Amino acid sequence: MFKYFEPNKIFSITSKAPKYVLFLFIIILSIGLTEALILSPEDYKQSHSVRIMYVHVPAAWISLGIFSVITFLSIVGYIFKIRNFFLIAKSLAPSGLVFNIIALVTGSIWGKPTWGTWWAWDARITSMLILALFYIMYLVAWRIFEDNDKAFKVTSIITILGIINVPIIKYSVDWWNTLHQPASINILSKSSIHISMLFPLMTMTAAFALFSLLIFLMKYNTELIKIKNKGLDRL
Amino acid sequence: MYGRKVKLRFFFILLIITTLTLSVFLLVKSLEENVIFFKSPTEIKTLSEIDKKKIRIGGMVKKDSITMISKEIKFIVTDFKNEINVVYSGVVPNLFAEEKGVVAEGYLKDKNFFLATKILAKHDENYMPPEVKAALEEK
Repeated sequence: MFKYFEPNKIFSITSKAPKYVLFLFIIILSIGLTEALILSPEDYKQSHSVRIMYVHVPAAWISLGIFSVITFLSIVGYIFKIRNFFLIAKSLAPSGLVFNIIALVTGSIWGKPTWGTWWAWDARITSMLILALFYIMYLVAWRIFEDNDKAFKVTSIITILGIINVPIIKYSVDWWNTLHQPASINILSKSSIHISMLFPLMTMTAAFALFSLLIFLMKYNTELIKIKNKGLDRL
Repeated sequence: MYGRKVKLRFFFILLIITTLTLSVFLLVKSLEENVIFFKSPTEIKTLSEIDKKKIRIGGMVKKDSITMISKEIKFIVTDFKNEINVVYSGVVPNLFAEEKGVVAEGYLKDKNFFLATKILAKHDENYMPPEVKAALEEK
């Protein structure tokens, strides 16, 4: 029922890619960390704890981005019955979950000295926790359903349920009174973050994106090898 | 161009998304009271009756309003329309300061007086080095 694709052709490219991505990741991460931890200035109000932001914000962005991509792939994959999209989505999910947890943990570490509490049931924080639960649900569903066709359907539904939460996360700080501060970076208006802090933030985002790509390629290659081992040269 | 099945699946997904979005919207809308982390002094003023339950209020700490008598801290929370007096005894977070955001958790005694059991500092979205802040203030 699902369209066929040739894993061998893809594998010949994706099996070579990780080492280049790793190389690039190490370079960008070193630049990012040097910028974030040493070169960037301290904040006028929170002094050095601003440096937590350079991990927290990119991690949150990446986890939201990956969930959106997974949902898109699942929906398109379901409508047009493209098997490969599901494998890509499945391989993307683990790094999304990891960055989601990193965002929650670093937020908590930042919250203690700044707000005076580790955790608050605030709209932004709670909706981010819900996203983590959706990631876990998604990954568990892949393990529960051995039958691929069934897993494709169930995981698509989970992503559709979860995607409704994504705009809620984004706009929670604007719609309601929250403890979490509103976004500092706006596409349409001037950013309320100084340029000297914006640069390390963007570099760290690039580094995390590369890390996600690296983990994705490794996971995806495993999936392709699994197909090969089953003795199928096409799926 | 596309088969009938593809179109059907497309409408199926579209229906699911629309239905779920509307349901979640209604759900969140009806629970708005609980989603809001804190109430502003203006919202407190418009309350019809004073709740005995623990609530949170938030706003800016008014300029020159903090007074400390031994361990007790008194200050005024304002949203630039209405104000509320807050009393608290305990440790305040580092970022607690005048003209900065604050969230106080505790009990409302009357519409002008709030007894806090916990103080949280609210951080705003501005990030800049101290030199830039100093330059901005000079202007």
